[in-house]
Amino acid sequence: MTDLVERAPAGDWAGGQTEKAVRPRTGGRLGHVVPWVIAAAILLAAPQIFTSGGSLTMMSLMGIMIVFALSYNMLLGQTGLLSFGHAVYYGLGAFFTVHAMNAVTAGRLPVPLAAMPLVGAVTGLAFGIVLGAVSTRRAGTVFAMISLGLAELVASGSHILHSFFGGEEGITTNRTKMLRLFDLSFGPQIQVYYLIAVWCLICAVLMYAITRTPLGRLCNAVRENPERVEFIGYEPQTVRLTAFCLSAMFAGVAGSLAAINFEIVNVSYLSLHQSGVVLLAAFIGGIGHFVGPVIGAVVVTLLQVSLSDLTEIWQLYFGLMFIAIVMFAPGGIAGLAMMHGPLIRAGTAHRLIPSYLLALVPALVMLAGLIALIEMAFRALVKAGDGTAMTLFRIPLDVAGPLPWIIALLVAGGGFLAFRATWPRVAEAWDAAATAAKEA
Amino acid sequence: MLELLIVSTLNGVLYGMLLFLMASGLTLIFSMMGVLNFAHASFYMLGAFFGYQISRYTGFWIGLVAAPLVVGGLGALVERYGLRNVHRHGHVPELLFTFGLAYVIEEVVQMIWGKLPVDYRVPPLLDFPAFTIFDTNYPAYKLFMLAVSVAIFVGLLLVLARTRIGLIIQAALTHPNMVGMLGHDVAKVFMLVFGVGTGLAAVAGVIAGPSLVTQSNMAGLLGPILFVVVVVGGLGSLTGAFVASLLIGLVQTFAVSLDVSVSSVAQALGITAQPAGGVLGDLWTVTIAQIGPVIPYLLLVVVLIARPTGLLGNREA
Repeated sequence: MTDLVERAPAGDWAGGQTEKAVRPRTGGRLGHVVPWVIAAAILLAAPQIFTSGGSLTMMSLMGIMIVFALSYNMLLGQTGLLSFGHAVYYGLGAFFTVHAMNAVTAGRLPVPLAAMPLVGAVTGLAFGIVLGAVSTRRAGTVFAMISLGLAELVASGSHILHSFFGGEEGITTNRTKMLRLFDLSFGPQIQVYYLIAVWCLICAVLMYAITRTPLGRLCNAVRENPERVEFIGYEPQTVRLTAFCLSAMFAGVAGSLAAINFEIVNVSYLSLHQSGVVLLAAFIGGIGHFVGPVIGAVVVTLLQVSLSDLTEIWQLYFGLMFIAIVMFAPGGIAGLAMMHGPLIRAGTAHRLIPSYLLALVPALVMLAGLIALIEMAFRALVKAGDGTAMTLFRIPLDVAGPLPWIIALLVAGGGFLAFRATWPRVAEAWDAAATAAKEA
Repeated sequence: MLELLIVSTLNGVLYGMLLFLMASGLTLIFSMMGVLNFAHASFYMLGAFFGYQISRYTGFWIGLVAAPLVVGGLGALVERYGLRNVHRHGHVPELLFTFGLAYVIEEVVQMIWGKLPVDYRVPPLLDFPAFTIFDTNYPAYKLFMLAVSVAIFVGLLLVLARTRIGLIIQAALTHPNMVGMLGHDVAKVFMLVFGVGTGLAAVAGVIAGPSLVTQSNMAGLLGPILFVVVVVGGLGSLTGAFVASLLIGLVQTFAVSLDVSVSSVAQALGITAQPAGGVLGDLWTVTIAQIGPVIPYLLLVVVLIARPTGLLGNREA
């Protein structure tokens, strides 16, 4: 493999961005402002709609994850750099923030809590410059491998430097004992939520603005064809390094927000696992569109919190969902949604609804069968000590007998066959709607 | 000192050969498909767990043969129904597919066998000390591991260099289109190589399982090291993978046995001053054994910066 970026057919996994670049959006200046006003309104109103403590915590997590995933997509989606070590900047941002917060508590540093994410930003930027200088000399697999090596290096190093990273138990802080501005204690979660929301919006606006600058365009060009970028007089490495540093800076902000939210930071913040989670979130949401990582961050956080309540093996479902998206919808959720854009604009999208509903029913049946099989296997293999009786979809059953297995297999298999039978109908409806959209 | 040197060298070569069993498959797969298989160490783990499960019913020896066959079959299926479909989307989705696969395999293994180590024992036939150097008893099983790895290494070389299928594979590495024109089913060759590669990883898993710890985190521990090996050796170069495997095996084994830190050296030199604490204090007292796990990654970063083709690679990653 000479170069991931060079060889990958770009139209598929990162195509949306290019399309946007070629065809400027209509609607003028107002068209740029309206989505952000809506986003701000959603962030402002959300705690009024979801008032419970649990949902407030979850929305705070979502805000942090949105910043983190968007910063990751500056690399993967926009510059074509696949990093396996983005959590390094997130984690270091979090650690420096915690130490800065403790310094404030000790009276050595006069910075209010609301400005703490700047500490994370500076940290991320500084480490981005140092580590980016060694890793962005190449794109493609070399970059991916260096990022993995650096991530392992920092993660292993964090175990050694115990006094700074605090080992497994981590470093704690107390956000209420900070300098006060406007008499905000940041004790209640709602205040933390709004702090995160404001920073989330600022970062998102900035990151979107960067995609509209010549630098953002150059990043896309470096992703598509670094050789041509050289021909028009730019150094691809400089472009990659700039994107890398900015991305690390925003990851540092996300780390700061996490440190403020949890008031504890440990070495797992820097781990490969954390880097994997942000990669999953960005990709599931869709790396080809700016909103993709936002969707991904919301979906992944929602799944992490709600699925883990429903089933003990939620991570398995999570992984299977990721594989399914890589295989069947490499554009992610945003990519799937954006496919319908032209049809909606032409007013022919409603013609798809009957065929979609037709396909949805057997798909759900198939999923139910698969989930039943997985849950029954889990009960039979792992939870055998708790007995073989269980309840699934509110139906009591006993996994010792063959009957539930046969039924689940039939449901899954029958669902799959019926689902496959609906594909031609969906394709037909899609063609009809697309043709009608072209004629309109 | 001599004892440490000999035992550590033996262990290092053994670990290196085990690494090579996996790295060879990974390198072949990479040369063919241009994709680094993130899930390769997961197949090694599957080999160990399948070997354990089969050995519980039939004994170690049948497990040694059957588990790699099962895992190799699984690998071939993954290539046929997974990777081949993802291939048209490009390299990033391919890499991500194997990444997701590694994640799922770890979850499944945890689901079936739990998070604690399983009791995978050395077969009684080999459970005796082979020889004693100075005061150390060297287990016969380790010699057996070494013998198996070397035998497979030699076998692989012979197959690749001397047989017809080996020549077709070598040709398919560089000129897949031409090989296809000559009437060979290149897609099937890819599937075969993927199956054999994952099968080799499973062999490593079966023989390493009883000696090391068979646990659901073994893929996560070994996977990154494996990447270091193939990248340091040079992507696509079997000889490079061999050299890098031995290098990493020896470096890691020796690092673990060196209980030396800056402070102990300073003390030996009669320097009593030392930093009060903090980060410098941590660095002052850390031993080489403790930084052992970091060394391979340091090596990776240094090699990639200085020589992106790896030690013996001729193509850039």
